[in-house]
Amino acid sequence: MKQTPLYPAHQRLGARLIEFGGWEMPVQYTSITDEHLAVRQAAGLFDISHMGEVLVTGPAAQPFLNHTLTNDLGKLAAGQGQYTLMCNDRGGVVDDLYVYRLADQEYLLIINASRIEADVTWLERQRRAFGRRSEVELENASERLGALAIQGPRVADFINACFAGASTAGTLVSRASDLKKNEVASFHWAKDTVWLSRTGYTGEDGFEAVAPAPLLEAIWTHVLDAGKAFGLKPAGLGARDTLRTEVCYPLYGHELDEHTTPIEAGLGFFVALDKGEFVGRPVLAEQKAKGTNKKLAAFKMTDRSAPPRPGYVIWSAGQGGARLGAVVSGTMSPSLGVGIGMAFLPPDSAKAGTLLEIEIRGKRAPAVVVPKPFYRKAG
Amino acid sequence: MANVPQDLKYAKSHEWVRVNGDVATIGITDHAQHELTDVVFVELPEVGRQLSAGDACAVVESVKTASDIYSPVSGEIIEANQAVVDDPALVNREPYEAGWFYRIKLSNPAEVGALLGPEQYKLQISGA
Repeated sequence: MKQTPLYPAHQRLGARLIEFGGWEMPVQYTSITDEHLAVRQAAGLFDISHMGEVLVTGPAAQPFLNHTLTNDLGKLAAGQGQYTLMCNDRGGVVDDLYVYRLADQEYLLIINASRIEADVTWLERQRRAFGRRSEVELENASERLGALAIQGPRVADFINACFAGASTAGTLVSRASDLKKNEVASFHWAKDTVWLSRTGYTGEDGFEAVAPAPLLEAIWTHVLDAGKAFGLKPAGLGARDTLRTEVCYPLYGHELDEHTTPIEAGLGFFVALDKGEFVGRPVLAEQKAKGTNKKLAAFKMTDRSAPPRPGYVIWSAGQGGARLGAVVSGTMSPSLGVGIGMAFLPPDSAKAGTLLEIEIRGKRAPAVVVPKPFYRKAG
Repeated sequence: MANVPQDLKYAKSHEWVRVNGDVATIGITDHAQHELTDVVFVELPEVGRQLSAGDACAVVESVKTASDIYSPVSGEIIEANQAVVDDPALVNREPYEAGWFYRIKLSNPAEVGALLGPEQYKLQISGA
């Protein structure tokens, strides 16, 4: 199993470690619930170094990526980022990712840990088939770069103590807290630089920092110190999963795979059909116009019951109810105190208010389809 | 270090047993609740159910996973603790007191003798 540069730090903090996407990662330090609530109420610090980084540079980097990704890269000025998807020819999702325009001809892709190999292979194949391939360079920088996520409503109060001074590239700001949602900028760190973006995967305000792997442990320690007085706690993948589930963010391998399209997963907002040709467009355009056979729905348990778990079978409510699908993500929501989950259902059954039954250990427990997301941050 | 009370018997699968005449009270150990982390749901056996030692008879769910609980002894369930169903976090807070799971009328009291004593259980959880 692979370890991130922060593995020694996790061990010192007494983290409980699990396997995730081929990596040995902290699932929790003290308690998933405590870490989850710290992020909702104050701040949490996550090691996300398992995630992959790909640099795409050159005069044709923009048209190449706009052909390979679903969102419209034409909307990004240098110093801005966007959520986007990479699809295959059938519209199935190769990966979901964040793309940042660091400079005019320089893009950074943040990809899922479990998809690094598949993505790099796919990108390389797309590049070889691209007309201006000699004007595009790809670098898989996943090994030499690491990353942190600093998330929660108090983060803006101490981020300037973590990354001091004005930015030096990307969006030019006099201090880190002036970055707006989806903006990215570089800041001095020792003799090196750190890329900082105002993004996250928790539904709270926050930042993600990408830095050379050898710097990561010093940054981690510095951020933990700077945030301590504001309630910052180290948080593991357990809380990361419950936080993202509450805001209905997809996790590759659960809501997304190569046989599921962004339209089916409710991510049509990130598919720019009007930008011209791109990989997967014909299927996605047809689905957007004619509808799909399955739709990602959010549901919550209505009685006291065990939390839904991935794989549990879903039935329509009542006698002789039909089998509708299976849970793709499910957990006990620490913020709401009820079992919540997501599932692909026939469009008729995916409407809010539809009554469902979730089969849990041979018994059926009632649930109801609700609007996404389950949780929305205040303000 | 996990709390292992001297006056209880233990199963290798991390349940504790408190015997009072021909009735035993069963719960999970401090070590087990710590390993399971935040308990968010508990499912207990119904009163009247007959159990054999080793039967999966209850389920404890944390945020992350569901875990089976096995009966350390055989007999008939005479009481299930509604308090842990209503407030699953009792299992974390008071695993040996308010966080007990069920009471069982022993059908084979000799089984109790085969359970671990506190020192043996301590050895097991210390990984020795």
